[in-house]
Amino acid sequence: MVTKKKIDPFFWIAVFSTVTVVGFILFPLTEMVLQPSVQDLKDSISDPDVLSSIGLSIYTSGMAALISFLIGTPFAYLLARKNFFGKKLVESIIDLPIMIPHPVVGIAILGLAGKNHWLGQLMQQVGIQIMGTVTGIVTVLTFVGLPFYVNTVKAGFEAIPVRLENISRSLGASLSETFLRVTFRLAWRSMLVGIIMCSARAISEFGAVVIVAYHPMIAPVMIYERFTAYGIKYSQPVAVWLIGVSLMLFLLLRICSLPKENQT
Amino acid sequence: MIEIKDLFIKFPGFALENINLSIQDGEFFMLLGPTGAGKTLILEAIAGIVPITGGRILVKEKEITRLPPEQRGTSIVYQDYALFPHLSVLKNITYGLRYHRNNPNTSKKRVAWLMEQLGLQPLVQRSIHNLSGGEKQRIALARALAVNPSVLLLDEPLSALDPNFREDIRDLLKKLHQEVETTFLMVTHDFAEAMFLGERMAVLNDGKIDQIGPVHEVFHKPATPFVAKFMGIKNVFHASFRNKKARVNNLELHLQSPPGENKCYVAIRPEDIIISKNGTSGNDINSFQGKVMGITDRGLYFEVSAGTGNVIFRVMLSKNDFFKLELQKNKDIHISIRSSAIHVF
Repeated sequence: MVTKKKIDPFFWIAVFSTVTVVGFILFPLTEMVLQPSVQDLKDSISDPDVLSSIGLSIYTSGMAALISFLIGTPFAYLLARKNFFGKKLVESIIDLPIMIPHPVVGIAILGLAGKNHWLGQLMQQVGIQIMGTVTGIVTVLTFVGLPFYVNTVKAGFEAIPVRLENISRSLGASLSETFLRVTFRLAWRSMLVGIIMCSARAISEFGAVVIVAYHPMIAPVMIYERFTAYGIKYSQPVAVWLIGVSLMLFLLLRICSLPKENQT
Repeated sequence: MIEIKDLFIKFPGFALENINLSIQDGEFFMLLGPTGAGKTLILEAIAGIVPITGGRILVKEKEITRLPPEQRGTSIVYQDYALFPHLSVLKNITYGLRYHRNNPNTSKKRVAWLMEQLGLQPLVQRSIHNLSGGEKQRIALARALAVNPSVLLLDEPLSALDPNFREDIRDLLKKLHQEVETTFLMVTHDFAEAMFLGERMAVLNDGKIDQIGPVHEVFHKPATPFVAKFMGIKNVFHASFRNKKARVNNLELHLQSPPGENKCYVAIRPEDIIISKNGTSGNDINSFQGKVMGITDRGLYFEVSAGTGNVIFRVMLSKNDFFKLELQKNKDIHISIRSSAIHVF
């Protein structure tokens, strides 16, 4: 006797939710990308303001990622390898920028850089300005992007067996030599992914940047300005270019970070 | 010589206490114990990888307790090989050479010699992926010995291997130990490995050393019930003693010699108990009538529970003997034990 295979209703719930989630994300984005005409896209990319804003967006997020790489890597290593008193606290501190409303980040940074704060006065003496500068933009982007770098790279370090480092040490390599010859060589892919995550977060930041620096204008601020001044039709092409260029860059980095076939 | 004095390591929920060991230059020393006894911890303390709470460690009369791992001259080989996945076989083996100021010719010769001993030449340029466990462990050994360490620490190097590779590597370890001057300190939970390779051993039980001695002495004359059971002695009984006799429950066993002071246990190896149809007799043989209480097929041999009075002995029987005796449950048999096979402690 043939019994009909019974499919659990949960299977259909899962299928439904998958379709909903994917559709919810892709539908608005594809519509936005498809709505502007080719002529609109051509016009907007030949606009030097648009070009420079996209360029600035990529440059400032890249800088934020670079800074995160430099200061975040040793920190992530420490978190991955050592247990110390208050480690849980430090781990939640690094997640704070993810939770804080974006304009609040901008306000907090500005509060330090103002004339009424000793740090602001100090920075003024050295000639560092935050308000309305590229430095300011990079500062807030690093602030919001750093957690993504640190968490990704920490997981990458944790995935490397500590025994490899122990062996390296016992064979005569110091801690820093071990880091360079073993840990770094095995973790660079996760660092690349961390850089992608961090700059992706940075390139999408609007709220914090608009407080610190309306000008020079990064792409999200320009999109917002075009939207408020001229409406949706004029903001869309810039958005499409920003998405397109960032996607290309992330794809490129992602390909670099893929393991070679013989090294799985 | 490695000297460990009052080593004390405390972790939440576990402590290694009062570890005192002294291992001779060039010795093959075994650390035996069940999982969780703290064996690996002792190795890693010697290598400088785990922080110790108290005590001292000396290698060749030099105090290394506070030295970083790279200055200790102790190489370590792990059960899971821990080869560098981004390096070729040769680069794995030569990894540590640059940190040891040797004549390049000497190092080269040593590496070539090690690769020949371990049969690694055909693999030299290969990546370490897709190698067998045996090959990986041979590479790990070559890498550890290439830097000519004063101590080689082996953390269950045979446990992850298939049985046929295990024998290969075991034989290689023995051969290498005879050829190099390095002191070998190996951790294992397998007393057969310890017997084959080791000269002396220490048995670890829950963070403390139960017994230290030459492997055959520990094997035949365990000092505690734990060590006895760990050495595969399945018959360990509380006993009271009078003259040359031991009493286990109501069974009287004749001993070879008077037991001496403060003894409370007898131990009899399962392979030293003889089961027969008609019994054996002789001056120095304890013989009882008994019954087969249970039979377990262990693959290579049979384990038979043989009861007499209220004492049950566990006996190891070859398959051949087992079938000759036509044993089955509740069958009446004779149990014989030579008095020299009874160990008192």
